[in-house]
Amino acid sequence: MITKTFQLETLTCPSCVAKIEGMLKRTEGVTEWEVLFNSSRVRVSFDESVLESETIKNNIDKLGFRVIGEK
Amino acid sequence: MFRLTKKQRILISGVLVTVSFILHRMLGYAPITIAVMAASTIIAGTPIFINAVQALKYRIVGIDALVTIAVTGAVLIGEYWEGAAVTFLFMFGDYLESRTIEKTRSSIRALLDLAPDRARVRRDGIEMEISPEEVVPGDLVIVKPGEKISVDGTVLEGSAYINQAAITGESIPTARRADETVFSGTIVESGYLLIRADRVGDDTTFARILQMVEEAQDKKAKTQKFLEAFSRYYTPAIIVLAALFYLWTKDVVLALTLLVIACPGALVISTPVSIVAGIGNGAKNGVLIKGGEIMEKLGTLQVIAFDKTGTLTLGEPRVTKIQGYGVSENEVLRLAAIGESYSEHPLGKAIIKHGEQHFQDLPAPDEAEIITGHGVKFRIGNDWYYIGNRKLLNENGINTSQQEMELRMEEDKGQTAVLLSSTEKVIGIISIADVVREDGKQLVKDLKALGIQEIVMLTGDNERTAKAVAGKLGLDGYYAELLPEDKVEVLTELQNEHGRTGMVGDGVNDAPALASADLGIAVGGAGKDVAMETADVVLMSAELSKLAYAVGLSRATVRNMKQNIYFALLVAGLLLAGVLLKTVNLSFGMLVHELSVLLVIVNAVRLLRYKGSGGQST
Repeated sequence: MITKTFQLETLTCPSCVAKIEGMLKRTEGVTEWEVLFNSSRVRVSFDESVLESETIKNNIDKLGFRVIGEK
Repeated sequence: MFRLTKKQRILISGVLVTVSFILHRMLGYAPITIAVMAASTIIAGTPIFINAVQALKYRIVGIDALVTIAVTGAVLIGEYWEGAAVTFLFMFGDYLESRTIEKTRSSIRALLDLAPDRARVRRDGIEMEISPEEVVPGDLVIVKPGEKISVDGTVLEGSAYINQAAITGESIPTARRADETVFSGTIVESGYLLIRADRVGDDTTFARILQMVEEAQDKKAKTQKFLEAFSRYYTPAIIVLAALFYLWTKDVVLALTLLVIACPGALVISTPVSIVAGIGNGAKNGVLIKGGEIMEKLGTLQVIAFDKTGTLTLGEPRVTKIQGYGVSENEVLRLAAIGESYSEHPLGKAIIKHGEQHFQDLPAPDEAEIITGHGVKFRIGNDWYYIGNRKLLNENGINTSQQEMELRMEEDKGQTAVLLSSTEKVIGIISIADVVREDGKQLVKDLKALGIQEIVMLTGDNERTAKAVAGKLGLDGYYAELLPEDKVEVLTELQNEHGRTGMVGDGVNDAPALASADLGIAVGGAGKDVAMETADVVLMSAELSKLAYAVGLSRATVRNMKQNIYFALLVAGLLLAGVLLKTVNLSFGMLVHELSVLLVIVNAVRLLRYKGSGGQST
């Protein structure tokens, strides 16, 4: 189990948060998640045997939010 | 589809909506009217539609979805105007909101700019410049005038005046010499220091301040907006209800009427229009309120805590009193100003500034020696003088015991007393203080009149000065000698004891406090980027009275918003009942609906005229 933080481009609407949360909720391997609206970050804990961080990153990208950093 | 920016979409659909409204008035639903309305709806509605679909993919039925369905419904029923108006207003409100939100975000970037970006260290006798991350505890760090200290450390050699504004908010530089500690992020204004690094990188006080700001920012995001939560159930419920009615009665028109009429048009805009009007009023009057949630909170504060330096005071020392002993006050000022010619000390600068206001030409002394941390010894013609603190005079054999009572009195008033002497005796005392803002007292009165329970001051400054300032302004209390972390703690105590707490500040050191209070309020304009961007409310000018106005404005806005919400709910409820009982037909329903929207807007427009807590009743 690892935790990664993705820095996104500025989030401007609370509904963006709901969208990302909804996606993470339905992604297999994700155990915990938090979308930080103000700092535009997504913190995800996931099982790396099921899921790669690259996949999460791509999924966020697909929703229309560019990931500009991760750590 | 064309690639349009959001702004362009809003602009174009705004123009089209206006044009279509006029066309509708003149021609009714002529093909040209419908075409213009349809164009406007498509231009403004496309992003709403895309958002709704995206959210639906993850089974989230948002306001986007309801607006999409309602607009589609309206267009199918032939209510093109409703479709155009709703999409435009929805986009426009959304745009205004997101624009305000964006400003709160650059705070961390601005704060990062204040972080030291290089460090000069001496390793094995060789001086080198490295990045602050490469410094290890125990390194010897050299700092020259104008440079930033890159570590938390202990001074080994040298002496300097350092500006600790980044940490304590106190912009009056303080003297640092061997064995004293210094903070990362502070600036050496004059002098030279050799420092042993004790804490580096993320462990420094400054780095912790940054960290606190970041964390505190998202503490707030957990507060959910009531309407958002409400619409989370309301929206799907209405869709289900409309669908059920369709299945039950097989009546498309009834189902769509229900959907369109139940579309919370007035409800959707009730909050944004009031907020937008309130924020607009604030902006016009030099008060930036960063969003609806903040607007709601501002008027409900129980406690307002003020930072001292730069907020309740001007933040720069000024001469407040001159006393002469055997010479005139003018002569004291003239001699002192000459003596301080070379001084870079802020107290010295205050004397020079005051001197320049009274004398045309102030010559330089014939000879002068700066004794760091003490004062200046200088010669004019054949006469030597001293200017500085007690210690300087006593060390040079000049008795200050006669002036002791006077000095104490001044110091109890929060003044810094500077002594001027000949080689034999004291000839003058100059009192210098950071002057309390003139409108401070009035503000405290106004806030009390608004029913704020507790008005207090938090400061890094000493007890005596704090007491003097608090007394002068008539505050309910003060907390002195606080570090930034302490301020956060005091705020937590205040919150627990009295309830919702607002923090008013201006400097970088306030950033954690501004972010962790229920509401952060920044005073002052340019040059205070960090506090401004961290704050929830920014008073553009240093005029403190704007705070009382802002609290009043918030209350007026919330009152206005509530009127709108209750009114919208009432109308929606009546219409819903009317449709279900088949006593309200589509056109009448639409008329009432549109009127309710119109009334909500007109009500919000009244807010633009709000001028202050006195008089205006919105």
